[in-house]
Amino acid sequence: MKHRTGVLVLRVDPVLCDGFGHCHELAPELVSMDEWGYPIIDDDHAALADPSRLTSARLAIRGCPRQALHLERLNEG
Amino acid sequence: MMMDADQLPRLLSGTPGVPRSYQQHHDAFAVAERRPSLFSELEASGLIGRGGAGFPTARKAQLLRAQHGRHKVIVVNAMEGEPASHKDAALLATNPHLVLDGAEILAAIISARRVIVALARNNTAAIAHVTRAIRERERHDRHGPTLEIQTPPWRYVAGEESALVHWLNERHSLPQYRPQRPTVLEIGGHATLVENAETCAHVALIGRFGAEWYREVGTSASPGSTLVSVTGAVERPTVIEVALGTPLRTVLALANADPEPQALLMGGYGGSWIPGDDLEVRYENEGLARLGASVGAGVLGVLGRSGCGVVETERVVKWMANESARQCGPCAFGLPALGADLAELSAGGRDAKVALERLRERCGVIVGRGACRHPDGVVRLVRSCLDVFHDDLANHARGEVCPAALSGRRFLSVPRLEREDELVWG
Repeated sequence: MKHRTGVLVLRVDPVLCDGFGHCHELAPELVSMDEWGYPIIDDDHAALADPSRLTSARLAIRGCPRQALHLERLNEG
Repeated sequence: MMMDADQLPRLLSGTPGVPRSYQQHHDAFAVAERRPSLFSELEASGLIGRGGAGFPTARKAQLLRAQHGRHKVIVVNAMEGEPASHKDAALLATNPHLVLDGAEILAAIISARRVIVALARNNTAAIAHVTRAIRERERHDRHGPTLEIQTPPWRYVAGEESALVHWLNERHSLPQYRPQRPTVLEIGGHATLVENAETCAHVALIGRFGAEWYREVGTSASPGSTLVSVTGAVERPTVIEVALGTPLRTVLALANADPEPQALLMGGYGGSWIPGDDLEVRYENEGLARLGASVGAGVLGVLGRSGCGVVETERVVKWMANESARQCGPCAFGLPALGADLAELSAGGRDAKVALERLRERCGVIVGRGACRHPDGVVRLVRSCLDVFHDDLANHARGEVCPAALSGRRFLSVPRLEREDELVWG
């Protein structure tokens, strides 16, 4: 199997997102909210290296009613 | 016939407002070659796209050349969403065939079969010029790619490349979310290259006279000439052609603008203010970057001494907020919020001090969170306003509204808000 490199980041599709706010409740350590209820995702790229954070990111992705969240692998270099 | 290299105008040569016919065009510029090998010439020219993003044209063409498919598309973007920009209209009203030549050269480079010229629906003069030009070409030259015109409704974001391509596909001018950049856009499943109309005209000149000729004007990082739409404190709004790297003082003089402006709006309505005290700055991206500005879409808004930067910014931001496609929350709600803060400040109301603080914070919250760069442009404008009009803002926040704001003298041309009642002003 090909060894995958790079860090994972949580991303939101701003067009799909309607500001339900579930992601903030499911992953408060990764997602904060602006005054209009739309998610601001922690842009610290190392954040998802922590397994418990990765779990909450996956919970947030599954819990999004608009399916607006996804994980993206950033390739280094 | 060979044009003199250092002779300007290049793009606007001829009679402004009288489009050259195919025959006149060939007499003036000689016959264009359409060789795929012109790519190396394009690369050597160092041409930078004139649509606003300042992306090297050769790199974009390279990306499209690497795509497979025999039905690639070239879109000539002459939507001109910037209300202060008239350069593409001026170009099409003078040398429409130059734009079409450039599009055909690009088509040869990436091996595209179809060229679409996208013009705003209300720009009837340009539509007439291009229609006539295409008909003339069909009579003279039956090779080359097919040429057609498409006319999306005019909106600020309708000229954004993903919104334009989306309109051509599905008749909705909505910017698309593209997580990976650069992305190859597609029309009907075929890879598509979107280039600004002025960029195409430059390509046409490079294709004729070569990269070396092209680089004889301009600086090494920003070669060539460029079209500038000058508005605001000018005798009359004009489009002029200058060499990149010309000092701002000279650009203003050529446009008959106020020689001692208070500030200049560079790039467009999603651009930046720069103070008017240093006019020796060169008009090209490297020189302007030190002031946090860029050439952008070639708009130069001149704010006279009798104007108020806060009021002007408020007008532009409100209009830009209205032009949001309202797809993304941070843009749909954030931009009207910025407009409301600026309105509070320009009126010097009771909450002006709070509004100033909130404006700073909101800029940091909104930036980078839209599908397209529309909110980022507005934030850039507001941030430059916070910077350049720092003292004025402090006065407004104390309730000391400047006489300029009260005088009702306005410099920038902002279209009337069509749907103001729909806005979410506070």
